[in-house]
Amino acid sequence: MKHIRKHVKPYLPLLISSIIFIAIQAYLNLVLPNIMSQIVNVGIQDYSQKIALASGAVAESLKLEQQQYIIITGAKMLCVAIFTGVVTLLIQYINAKMGTGLARDLRNTIFSKIESFSSAEFDKFSTASLITRTTNDVQQVQMMLTMGVRTIVFAPLMGIGGVVMAMKKAPSMAWINALSVIMVIGLIMIVYSLAVPRFKLIQTLIDKLNLVARESLSGLMVVRAFSTQKYEEERFDKASREYKQNNLFVNRIMSLMGPTMTLLQNIVPVVIIWIAAEKIANSQLLVGDMMAYIQYSGNIMGAFMMISGIFVMFPRAMVSVNRISEVLDTENVITEKENPVILPIDKCEVSFNNVSFTYPLGEGEVLKNISFVAKPGQVTAIIGSTGCGKTSLVNLISRFYDVTKGSVKINGIDVRDMSLKNLRDLIGYVPQKSILLSGTIRSNLQSANQEATDVEMEKACEIAQAKEFIERKEEKYDYPISQGGTNVSGGQRQRIAIARAVMKMSPVYIFDDSFSALDFSTDLKLRKALKENLSNATIIIVGQRVASIMDADQIIVMDEGKIVGKGTHKELIKHCEEYQQIAYSQLSKEEV
Amino acid sequence: MANDNNKDTSRNNNSISHVGVRRGGRGGPASMRGGEKPKDFKTTSKKFLKYLGVYKIGIVVVMVMASLSSLFRILGPKFIGDATDVLYNAVRESINTGKIIINYDALLKVVTSLIVLYCIAYIFSVIQGFTMARISNNITYKLRKDIDEKINRLPISFFDVTSTGDVLSRITNDVDTINQSIRETLTQVASSFTLMIGTVIMMLSISWQLTIIAFAMIPASMIVISKIMKISQPLYREQQKSLGLVNGHVEEMLSSHIVVKSFNMENKSISDFDVYNKELRENGWKSQVVSRITMPITNLISNIGYILVCIIGASMTSGGSITVGNIQSFIQYVRNFNQPIQQIANITVMLQSAMACSERVFDFLDEKEEEPDTQNPKSTESIVGTVKFENVRFGYTPDKIIIDNFNLTVYPGEKIAIVGPTGAGKTTIVKLLMRYYELNGGAIYIDNVNIKDFTRNDLREMFGMVLQDTWLFKGTIRENIMYSNPNATEEQLMKAADISRVHHFVQTLPHGYDFELNEETSNISQGQKQLITIARAFLQNPKILILDEATSSVDTRTEVLIQEAMHNLMANRTSFVIAHRLSTIRDADKIIVLNEGRVEEIGSHADLIAKGGFYAELYKSQFENI
Repeated sequence: MKHIRKHVKPYLPLLISSIIFIAIQAYLNLVLPNIMSQIVNVGIQDYSQKIALASGAVAESLKLEQQQYIIITGAKMLCVAIFTGVVTLLIQYINAKMGTGLARDLRNTIFSKIESFSSAEFDKFSTASLITRTTNDVQQVQMMLTMGVRTIVFAPLMGIGGVVMAMKKAPSMAWINALSVIMVIGLIMIVYSLAVPRFKLIQTLIDKLNLVARESLSGLMVVRAFSTQKYEEERFDKASREYKQNNLFVNRIMSLMGPTMTLLQNIVPVVIIWIAAEKIANSQLLVGDMMAYIQYSGNIMGAFMMISGIFVMFPRAMVSVNRISEVLDTENVITEKENPVILPIDKCEVSFNNVSFTYPLGEGEVLKNISFVAKPGQVTAIIGSTGCGKTSLVNLISRFYDVTKGSVKINGIDVRDMSLKNLRDLIGYVPQKSILLSGTIRSNLQSANQEATDVEMEKACEIAQAKEFIERKEEKYDYPISQGGTNVSGGQRQRIAIARAVMKMSPVYIFDDSFSALDFSTDLKLRKALKENLSNATIIIVGQRVASIMDADQIIVMDEGKIVGKGTHKELIKHCEEYQQIAYSQLSKEEV
Repeated sequence: MANDNNKDTSRNNNSISHVGVRRGGRGGPASMRGGEKPKDFKTTSKKFLKYLGVYKIGIVVVMVMASLSSLFRILGPKFIGDATDVLYNAVRESINTGKIIINYDALLKVVTSLIVLYCIAYIFSVIQGFTMARISNNITYKLRKDIDEKINRLPISFFDVTSTGDVLSRITNDVDTINQSIRETLTQVASSFTLMIGTVIMMLSISWQLTIIAFAMIPASMIVISKIMKISQPLYREQQKSLGLVNGHVEEMLSSHIVVKSFNMENKSISDFDVYNKELRENGWKSQVVSRITMPITNLISNIGYILVCIIGASMTSGGSITVGNIQSFIQYVRNFNQPIQQIANITVMLQSAMACSERVFDFLDEKEEEPDTQNPKSTESIVGTVKFENVRFGYTPDKIIIDNFNLTVYPGEKIAIVGPTGAGKTTIVKLLMRYYELNGGAIYIDNVNIKDFTRNDLREMFGMVLQDTWLFKGTIRENIMYSNPNATEEQLMKAADISRVHHFVQTLPHGYDFELNEETSNISQGQKQLITIARAFLQNPKILILDEATSSVDTRTEVLIQEAMHNLMANRTSFVIAHRLSTIRDADKIIVLNEGRVEEIGSHADLIAKGGFYAELYKSQFENI
């Protein structure tokens, strides 16, 4: 709530004026029926009586007087109506401005905050959840503000005003209103206590339906291979049937609510007329007042219905508020020191000194006592089975995570003492999953280096073995890339991602299993080109294929978070048991 | 996963494109929808009526009930007016007598008939609501069933150009919108029209002069509403567009977070976001304000009508041509008349979005299905597994033939390796063999029977398939293995699990074979998943095998297990292996070398090396050191 309050602050003048206008609107809404009933009460009823009693010229003048009265009162009523319309519009304008403005500010704050997050915070929330927090949750809050403020101010005023006016007209009939309000509240409570648990159930059921459908779509070929279409259809049918039954129940409960409310709204006036009859007989009440009373009792019931709507909306919005607060309250794990060190973009030696690492939310060390040095002009390869900590290791260099023990240093400076921007400028990184951004091939490459010339770009693509296929495309470098890069093949995506990193011309390169989608000959050409063109750079390659790392200057063999071998291919194949195992599983004896 | 659902189909331009922006998940308020229009309203509604037709009786009941309940509601104000008249007359008489004597009998009659009337109306609307809920839910259930079954009848090629998210959104979002719309519109159509006609009749019965005055106001309201709609719709579309841009940017940037970080793009991303965000705010408030102008203006117009009725009505009462109670009722009718008009305006918007959704659903249901199976299928019982490709010609699109004049004979028990760079179309051959795609020319024979002379199911049952892209579903390991043969005995299961090296790791899992895989099947490793698919193939005991060797993301120890398991599986079976490992390739009886979708060379390892072509170069590059 703290954050919401902070964000509401700039809109306080708007909020206050909105509340004032809403109060005026509520007042006008109460006045209007009064004037309307005057027209009937005085204008029609009283005058008609007088006219009926009078005769001749008196009657004629009374008729004129009556017309005048109605016109004047009508004009008053019209003024009130126009004024109400203007106020309503003003409220809508203010609320829309306020709601959308607040939503904009909130989204900005959240998005900027998330952009400052490291991978640790992303793990904590999951990407999908961060996306909904920035989009859907903000929308919920916006809706609560625009609709909620109006209802919270308007409904009680209408209710109270209605009660006051009604009491003034006929205090002895107040019990009818009390009873009707109790019935409205009771009805709403019954309906929601029945429907709300089912709402949640329905949500999970639609998720299930989605899951089953997605599974049979993604496994289309397998389903057909095993001819299990019938089985899949039954699975879907079961989920669909269950969903249908629960949805039917909720639909029916909700379809009870409308008519029941209408019934209540219709019966109350009838009861009022019956009760009022006696009072009219005793001259305690005017017929016109009775009509106004009916109007007010309608207002009171309406107010309670509106408030009950808020009670439904409020918890949902509160959930969103809390989810947003969670994001904004998160303290970044990766922070910059004051006066950070800035290294020149020049040769870099990367060293791991007794590094141990545990994931922020995980248990147990993923990396244990890792020490090695990656020198400029050399290729350092890291190999080992999945889950042995290779990716975790390289993530520590770019500070996607921070070490738990020990230190990672570049040219003797702890990466935690460096400016984050500087650190990342030093590193050309190709992630395991090559992610491209929507745009064009050019815009993707330029994201690494805005100032690069076309010549430099082509050179980078040549090194990454991407030039050939890019230039074969009609649009060449302006070939559009869809989100995630799904419109190019896996191998092409990987090569564009490599070219992007090469564009940076940085002193350190990290390739995290980045050659997996390339065939052997492309892999070979690429490695040759890297070696030739990036001769001064520190290159760190994480790999699975022995063939593609065999010629590295230094190979680090990892197993269960520890380094179990360090050396060249020739050394390791002789002495390192884990390395032998990997090599023999992939190559035949003579190839080794 | 969340983005999967809403992923737009920009990747394939030829897929049926979405109308409007459908982001932000489900559960948006009804007012946020709308703005979607069907392309062909007439055809779609015809198809839609066919679905409704099954529930003819139910719909008639709903319509009748809705009409009756609104009819009774129309009578309400008239009775209230009568009640007022009873009271008013009593007051009027009192001027003569000095005492107010109320005719309680008359009043009681009016009051009880009112209560009875309202109660009957209530019962009718409840019946109508219940029936409608049943009908709409049955229709949505049927639509979903039809879509799901249609999925299985469509050719695989359809899914090459249609994303999973697109189909899923039809099954869930579109069908849900249809459900909601028909439930609300069908009843409202009936009640609105009854309400409108009934109100007019009642008004006329009270005074035709007043009716004319009251009606003079309606065109004014209509004009205002339609004018505002004209302004507000483009504004609404703009708002939805900016919303799509904001959500799209968030989705993309957050899912590419690591890249954003490592290229120091945070600031650019934030400033881009700022632009979209500002735009959304501007379009948002404008659209909101304009769309809500209607209410105060129509209210104002109806108030003017009210005053006019009062003025004229007053002079009429003094003339004695109308009672005070009748004026009261008349005023009530004037106020009520707005309601059905607004409802009908709502209905048209809802119908449009329902039709837009139906159109997408029907487009899917009308997609061209697979060629039907042969009428006289051959038996697959005594098949030994000779496979012959004869002059095979194929292209994913007919104008781009990628396999031409392809000939190959594979004898029982032979091992065929398919090799080539990534994206060379290695899986194409496999897909043709299993008849996932139809040939453009030539034929494929199994034991000299054209594969078209088997039913698809029989044909595919001959093949066992282990793909790198392991497909498992949420469920127990047992269910996943038995998927290929639901009638297998426990013994057969254990044997298959043992020989495919599944048994060992399953024993270490809690609940063993009843260990439940989660939704993303991410609670076991990639390698273990592959082993399970091998066990599945074992249990099926196929005549011919199709294997896809693992390249990466499997740890070395598991990889050894997978190799052993695959080796066991291939024994004595004709097998096609999409191979990456040289050891496998060299052992193959024949190697098919593919490049850029074309068959480059066919032959044994020795033949191809001797030939010194593409394969030889590919092979040599393995051992070349830099």
